[in-house]
Amino acid sequence: MTASQIIFLLVAIVTLGSALMVVASRNLVHAALWLVSTLFGVAIIYALLNAGFLAVVQVVVYIGAIATLFIFAVMLTRRDQLEGGVQLNSGWWLGALIAVLTFGGLFGMFQSWSGFSKTATDIPSGFDAVGQLGSALTSPVGFVLPFEVASVLLLAALVGAVYIAFNRK
Amino acid sequence: MIPLSWYLILSAALFCIGLFGVLARKNAIIILLGVELMLNAVNVNLVAFWRYGDISLMAGQVFAIIVFAVAAAEVAVGLALVISVYRRRNTIIANEIDLLKW
Repeated sequence: MTASQIIFLLVAIVTLGSALMVVASRNLVHAALWLVSTLFGVAIIYALLNAGFLAVVQVVVYIGAIATLFIFAVMLTRRDQLEGGVQLNSGWWLGALIAVLTFGGLFGMFQSWSGFSKTATDIPSGFDAVGQLGSALTSPVGFVLPFEVASVLLLAALVGAVYIAFNRK
Repeated sequence: MIPLSWYLILSAALFCIGLFGVLARKNAIIILLGVELMLNAVNVNLVAFWRYGDISLMAGQVFAIIVFAVAAAEVAVGLALVISVYRRRNTIIANEIDLLKW
């Protein structure tokens, strides 16, 4: 076992354990903090995959913005969460069954695929992943149209969120 | 080196945990947290296929960045809806938000 495999296994255990705590914890603030731990684990996975830019974006956007937004929302709505009571709905066993069957189905599908145990080729020296990503995002033959559509989507979400949450007196 | 299968199994497990959270929890905020877990699992897959395929094709990373943007938009609108519902109905339990349910 190489060092990177040991790091991967440790990070995977932490990520999956905190993901389980996200869906299992009764306290919403704890769930949001476990989400931060999960997102951090995923950021380390990106770093292991040599996608350094995505690891940074994961920390800045997900942990810095989205998880903070969740904590704000929990604080604005938490009054009835402290009463306890049943946290799972009546069909929770069906949800668990669907989740387990989905995992089993995916696993079975993976095993029948020939590229399943492929290993990565080495990155050629001098390969500039961030530069390539930037030119792919902005070149007209690349992905400039989805990039612009994403910016329009963010603007629409901004306007929509302000409109929905606005408190009319 | 780490085989591709490890990443795929990790992301499948993360996706299924998120799916369970979406399907089984009553609280609307936890449902959104589950959606976030599922989007992250998809992103791990996209980046893993970028790394294990032809590394000069950036489509995997570009798609992951688009997913980041969509996730941010989804969370902003979703949490605004939750706060708005809480203000009007004083609850964020998904079972009790049943005005449109017959």
